[in-house]
Amino acid sequence: MTVEKILTENMDLYYGAKQALKKISIKIPEKKVTAFIGPSGCGKSTFLRSLNRMNDLIDGVKIEGNILIDGINIYDHNIDVVTLRKKVGMVFQKSNPFAKSIYENIAYGPRINGLKDRKQLDEIVETALKNAAIWDEVKDRLGDSALGLSGGQQQRLCIARTLAVNPEIVLMDEPASALDPLSTSKIEELIVQLKENYTIVIVTHNMQQAARISDNTAFFYLGELIEYDKTKKLFTNPDKKQTEDYITGRFG
Amino acid sequence: MTKKTKKGKKSTENSSGLIDITQRKFRWSDYLAEKIIKGVAYLSITIVVLIFIFVFRESFPIFKTGKAPAKTEASAEVQETYGEVTDQSNAPEVQETYGEVTDQSADSNVQETYGEVTDKSSQSADSDKSYTVSAGSGFDDNRSALKSLLTKDWVPVSENPRYGIIALIIGTFKITVISILFAAPIAILAALYTASFASRRMKEIIKPTIELLAGFPSVVIGFFALMVLASFLQSMFHYDTRLNSFVGGIAMGIAAIPIIFTITEDALTAVPKTFNEASLALGASKWQTAFFVILPAATPGIFAAVLLGIGRVFGETMIALMATGNAALMGLNPFESVRTLAATIGAEMAEVVFGDTHYNVLFLIGSLLFIFTFILNAIAEFYVKGKLMKRIQGK
Repeated sequence: MTVEKILTENMDLYYGAKQALKKISIKIPEKKVTAFIGPSGCGKSTFLRSLNRMNDLIDGVKIEGNILIDGINIYDHNIDVVTLRKKVGMVFQKSNPFAKSIYENIAYGPRINGLKDRKQLDEIVETALKNAAIWDEVKDRLGDSALGLSGGQQQRLCIARTLAVNPEIVLMDEPASALDPLSTSKIEELIVQLKENYTIVIVTHNMQQAARISDNTAFFYLGELIEYDKTKKLFTNPDKKQTEDYITGRFG
Repeated sequence: MTKKTKKGKKSTENSSGLIDITQRKFRWSDYLAEKIIKGVAYLSITIVVLIFIFVFRESFPIFKTGKAPAKTEASAEVQETYGEVTDQSNAPEVQETYGEVTDQSADSNVQETYGEVTDKSSQSADSDKSYTVSAGSGFDDNRSALKSLLTKDWVPVSENPRYGIIALIIGTFKITVISILFAAPIAILAALYTASFASRRMKEIIKPTIELLAGFPSVVIGFFALMVLASFLQSMFHYDTRLNSFVGGIAMGIAAIPIIFTITEDALTAVPKTFNEASLALGASKWQTAFFVILPAATPGIFAAVLLGIGRVFGETMIALMATGNAALMGLNPFESVRTLAATIGAEMAEVVFGDTHYNVLFLIGSLLFIFTFILNAIAEFYVKGKLMKRIQGK
């Protein structure tokens, strides 16, 4: 087994009084694609967002238990959240480019980290856009507003923007759910390429997608981690009845 | 429209039991409501347009220097009225009073004013034929008034009245610049704090409080500036004239802050939450997100807010009257007194003669205020809708 990048132990999460996640313990390996599947409201997105502390933005969220990244508890009081989020990047369900030019969208991350050299910025922008497989489509119009791009292009731009700050882990919250099949397949190809350099955790509603691109799959149901295994094993020979019911389409 | 199906409640089902949709019904209430709303809308638009037409029309006679029969007649009529009044028995009394005043206040500024009035009334009192002469002089007045419009002297009440509005325009712009330079940064930063940093409870307190300030009567702000702010600022900066454009600008800035704040805050809050999330997820700190993502994305709204603030300052009369010193001085020194366009109308409206050149010039100032505001709004419209939106939304 490869090295684990993320490790959670008995993690509980509450929205006010309501418990949204119950005793989640999971080991996510480095430089692999890990998919979270499960019906809506099962807590998979909530879990994903607690891995880079985006839940801090929501009032009344309380987390118990441990979430360790590279062996360090990210909810310790001495953790710098800003640096944590540089290490653990995130791509959202709805593409959310800034109201800036394509170039500025990518350059924003490196810039806020203090990079000013124009040449280096140019290089980073080009590399990030190439890594996100969108360079050829936008190289002639880097100065145009990013909001003029199509939905699929915008999402790949957002991936490029995340890659530009050079994270170690990329969290993806249903990155292709709002896209047409063609754009979706482009994003999927991209994810498979990205796992060479990054640890990827992806939440998806689309079970075929999980089966196609992930190495490991976790099945969440009602705030609990029901089953977590190699993707092949989980989809062909699940241990739990609930998992089998879900992946065969009997519910959810 | 079939008027015969007047009863709306008439069965909508035909014999086959299905709902019949083929017969159009005439609905009285709808019709009336629609007509009333339309009527009110047109009425209000008409009223506004008529006001503008009136203001422009009243200021127009100044520009008639060549053949201007309409104006000559108008001033003749006015003069005639004076003549009549003088004929009556109570007129001498008035004259006498003026005479006394003229005698007593020998060397004050006031004397000039009264003296002039006395001259006029006595002139018109002389004889009936005098009105033809004074009509001619009114015509001359217009010519010299038009010439003096572009000079720097604003001396509307004197032997030789001069209506140099340049000093007024410069004063107005000076005070607007000062107040916006003071108000905009404060208001925008306060809005940024409220929108991006303040806790929800804090926000619920700050926003209504500042919005409440927007409804604060400007006469109170003016009074405060006159009594407290002016002395305070003078002791702080040690300038000579107590009331000047700096004091006025700050006071008007206080009046403009709530407007700029409210609209900026709305614009900032309207920036999609996803921008915030995206930026934070990239490892940006809160203030980096606020300054480099939220603020730029709200630029059109902030621009509109500042323009509205400028509009407020521009037309502000009470504070200008009370806190600026009201001396029509030309120059860019912020510690000199100024007189703004609006304050000029406010200060002198009571002492002008109906139909007089001075009266026309005041209306001309009114027209100018309108034109400036119009240009300001036009810029806002074209710039925000055109360039800014294009740049930000792409396409």
